[in-house]
Amino acid sequence: MANTDLFHIRTEEAPRLPAPISTTGVIGWMRQNLFSSVGNTVLTVIGILIAYSLIEPLIKFALIDAVWSGSNREACLPQDGGHGGACWAYVEAFFPQFIYGRYPSEEIWRVNIVYFLFAALLVPLAMPSAPFKKLNAILFLVVFPIVSYYLLTGLVFGDWVILPIVETAVWGGLLVTLVIAVTGIVASLPLGIALALGRRSKMPIIKLVSIIFIEFWRGVPLITVLFMSSVMLPLFLPEGVTFDKLLRVLIGVTLFSAAYMAEVVRGGLQAIPKGQYEGAMALGLRFWPMMYLIILPQALKLVIPGIVNTFIGLFKDTTLVLIVGMYDLLGMIQSSFTDPTWSTPSTGHTGYLFAALVFWTFCFGMSRYSIFMERKLHTGHKR
Amino acid sequence: MSNKFLPLVIGAAMGVAVTTAAGATTLEDVKAKGFIQCGVSQGLPGFSNLDAQGNWTGIDVDYCRAMAAAVFGDASAVKFTPLSAKERFTALQSGEVDVLSRNTTWTMSRDTQLGLNFAGVNYYDGQGFMVRKDLGVTSALELSGASVCTNTGTTTELNVADYFRANNMPYEIVAFEKADEVVGAYDAGRCDVYTTDASGLYAQRLKLTNPGDHMVLPEIISKEPLGPVVRQGDDEWFNIAKWTLNAMLNAEELGVSSENVDEMKSSDNPAVKRLLGVEGAFGEAIGLPNDWAYAIIKNVGNYEESFNANVGPDTPLGISRGVNALWNDGGFMYAPPVR
Amino acid sequence: MSVMEQDSAGAPARASLLNDPKVRGIFYQIVLVVAITALGYVIVTNTIANLERQNIASGWSFLENTAGFGTNQSLVSYSETSTYGRAIFVGFLNTLLVAAVGIFFATVIGFIIGIARLSNNWVINRLAYCYVELVRNIPLLLQIFFWYFAVLRSIPGKREKWSLFDTFHLNIGGLRLPKPIMGTGSEWVGYAFLIGIAIAIFVARWARKRQEATGQPFPAFLTGVGLIIGLPILTYFVMGMPIGLEFPNFVETGPILRQGFELNVGLNIIPEFLALTAALSIYTASFIAEIVRAGIQAVSHGQTEAAHALGLRNGPTLRLVVIPQAMRVIIPPLTSQYLNLTKNSSLAVAIAYPDLVSMGGTVLNQTGQAIEIIGIWMAVYLSLSLITSAFMNWYNQRMALVER
Repeated sequence: MANTDLFHIRTEEAPRLPAPISTTGVIGWMRQNLFSSVGNTVLTVIGILIAYSLIEPLIKFALIDAVWSGSNREACLPQDGGHGGACWAYVEAFFPQFIYGRYPSEEIWRVNIVYFLFAALLVPLAMPSAPFKKLNAILFLVVFPIVSYYLLTGLVFGDWVILPIVETAVWGGLLVTLVIAVTGIVASLPLGIALALGRRSKMPIIKLVSIIFIEFWRGVPLITVLFMSSVMLPLFLPEGVTFDKLLRVLIGVTLFSAAYMAEVVRGGLQAIPKGQYEGAMALGLRFWPMMYLIILPQALKLVIPGIVNTFIGLFKDTTLVLIVGMYDLLGMIQSSFTDPTWSTPSTGHTGYLFAALVFWTFCFGMSRYSIFMERKLHTGHKR
Repeated sequence: MSNKFLPLVIGAAMGVAVTTAAGATTLEDVKAKGFIQCGVSQGLPGFSNLDAQGNWTGIDVDYCRAMAAAVFGDASAVKFTPLSAKERFTALQSGEVDVLSRNTTWTMSRDTQLGLNFAGVNYYDGQGFMVRKDLGVTSALELSGASVCTNTGTTTELNVADYFRANNMPYEIVAFEKADEVVGAYDAGRCDVYTTDASGLYAQRLKLTNPGDHMVLPEIISKEPLGPVVRQGDDEWFNIAKWTLNAMLNAEELGVSSENVDEMKSSDNPAVKRLLGVEGAFGEAIGLPNDWAYAIIKNVGNYEESFNANVGPDTPLGISRGVNALWNDGGFMYAPPVR
Repeated sequence: MSVMEQDSAGAPARASLLNDPKVRGIFYQIVLVVAITALGYVIVTNTIANLERQNIASGWSFLENTAGFGTNQSLVSYSETSTYGRAIFVGFLNTLLVAAVGIFFATVIGFIIGIARLSNNWVINRLAYCYVELVRNIPLLLQIFFWYFAVLRSIPGKREKWSLFDTFHLNIGGLRLPKPIMGTGSEWVGYAFLIGIAIAIFVARWARKRQEATGQPFPAFLTGVGLIIGLPILTYFVMGMPIGLEFPNFVETGPILRQGFELNVGLNIIPEFLALTAALSIYTASFIAEIVRAGIQAVSHGQTEAAHALGLRNGPTLRLVVIPQAMRVIIPPLTSQYLNLTKNSSLAVAIAYPDLVSMGGTVLNQTGQAIEIIGIWMAVYLSLSLITSAFMNWYNQRMALVER
């Protein structure tokens, strides 16, 4: 008894126990994030039910019940009188039309070159780490438009046909969507910069004109602008002068997006500290060299995310041209619904699903890029 | 960079795309540019429709080709501009197109108030109704309470209002901007009735999921004489437009077709001789070569050939000649003689 | 001072007139004015020449002519014998209606989704995220077509229906509801409603003043709700129940076209309106959700912690501390979303909803007077947007005053 130690000193550290199972791992995470309270549990269950009720029919329609191949509507007609799944065979059959419109099939290589050049020039331009930015920008903004203009419309010197003329009336699908969106954004950039500078100008008339212009185009819906360019613009021109329909739409879209662009650029200009202006003036720079060398490079860098967002908006808005009778991607898809060889109850759903997929991929990708740039520029600015 | 060069680029692009016609008359302009710009519909099978190969077909298209044949002796010297109902008159007025051959109804207000001239009638149409067969309706007078799908911006919308009001029948109108949307909504069951020109109904029926489930009712509720249109104030061009149509009709009446036109040149019938330019100088009088009508018939064909190839009983549309037969066959088609 | 004077006095001697910024500014402006005037002159003369040459009518007298076409929805009495002017007015009211209803639903959905985006619950959070990213990256027109053409095919046809409580019926012809029939004296119920609102505002003000003065709270919100709902109901019974309900009539016998819902009995909300409202509010809600999220996140966390430290529960913290501050950030972009929704409602033209652009387009087709019609469109939308900007400026100023 006497020898018994009445005290105990632990000389070794007790083995570390893992955290209780209810706070770590999947279960812990679920407890914390899904079932932390009764209300939360109810919300989780409701959320899962909503998600299931939306995703299950979509997967069933788009994948499980879908028809992947076939040569006409017979393949996609539902067997048992039900609604049937997506008819991807129809998308496959119309795919060239969705991408090129009714561009003559022997000339499609010209569109492909334009697509290729577009991607080859845009990707390095969009990557902040790629070299030769200035050359790249000149190629993309100046050379590319000229080259693709002649590639797409054709090149003829008198009787010497290098590239046969392809009228814009047969253009369609993704080609028209991209032409309108890209031209709209590229052409509206200089106009938007000019308007933004005008709006911040100290000269009252220039300021007033810029404000009226910007607020006018921002105040009216795009569809009325399109109606205006397709119905009213011809009346403004002298007798005998006519514009191509696509060009008329492009003018309308450019003026419209220039107003939005001006506001984006103005935001960038406002973010430039006054010291930059004063520093430039102190160096003896005049207005345009100051803008060109000091202010705009900084301001435009800042507004890249804004420009991308404007582009996303414009890209989505190009679908409106179908209302004035042009065949952009959505217009082409919609007009394919009425092709008797492929009309089934699920054709319409499939077409809309395909259109949604294409537009979503483009827009989501661009919005991710915009966020990426925003983060990058943000850290750069903070130093 | 961009703000210096882009305006130049855009300016250059515009400069190329803007077409300036400086000539005094339409004929001179057309001859100078080497083709006729023809306004057609955006897609109405049988009248003007772009097929999968990118070729335009239809009787409205054939008329434009005939004009090109008359002017150039070449039926392919024509370019087509698809136009919506809204744009069509502005496009013609502004000179964007030289002739509008777009199933356009000849009405007094259009003829007198819009600065247009109708060159004649190439299809006598009338507004009809299409319904589902399972409704069991056999007459338009049973359509009381129906919802009616149609296009905006056409005479059809006004006619249907008049018809239902005159017969004291309640109805609901659902008017769309484009034909494809009308078909979509009617096919989805939004409407009981689809109304437009009867020829259009036959054409649009092909686009439905099950064309066999639908029928066109016998009533025709309006007069819709469809014809080509030119600008007012250029009588020379107006004459060419009128006589192109008349030549096609006269050719059918005289039995001249694209197959036998070369033999018919040596016909003894003085009317045929005058038509084909063997006798007289009728072509010169309208500023064209004397074999203008020969070129039309040789390259495009007479009215009957055009009708049968595009809308006739052997086509998917399956429309019989009916009132569009020649006057001596019980129809309305009557062309003044070449004399 | 003297140096400055000397400097400015000496300046004109050194710099030539060409390099004086003031002179150059005036010169540029004169050039601009001349250019704009010249452009305007060319456009006007061209247009006048074109109109005269083509013999196109112009002027506003067409507004008095009989329209001759019908419509499937009008808030004021309209028939085929009404004038073009009336038709355009009907379209204008329809635009306002779809915009108002769309704004209401977009706000409700947007706030719910925006708050859900900040939820701690992972499922809810992700769902809201997916909603926003899915909806705002798909073109609105495509969504309108989806709601109109794809969903239309899935609901019952004309001779069938889906019913809820035997009062709300849905089929391809639209959503049928009981229609209130206003008898004599029913206008008093409306007045009572307005008076109820007025008293509620008064009570709320009084209650706030009293609380500020004495610290005693007063249940102003409940009182207000009671007044706004209770007063009209009371009036309704006092006036001898002047408002009746007209139920939609579903006919199952007789000629097949007369089967289904009888025309003009009960209230019918046309499917075009439903599809357009659904698409507009769901699309705009995705933008509003992001605005709401950003607004709430803009309120620093310290505010919430301070409120908790003061003993406020979650509800009052949100209502009294977070939301009032978040609103200052939320309201300006929110108004511009409302404006966008109103402008986007012009896409109605694609699905036969008779809004301003659609009705105006029909008139344009019948009369050919493009300039006048497009002028009306632009004027209406521009004034709506100017009114909105005016409101926004007013609101911003008010908010700036509150800030200390």
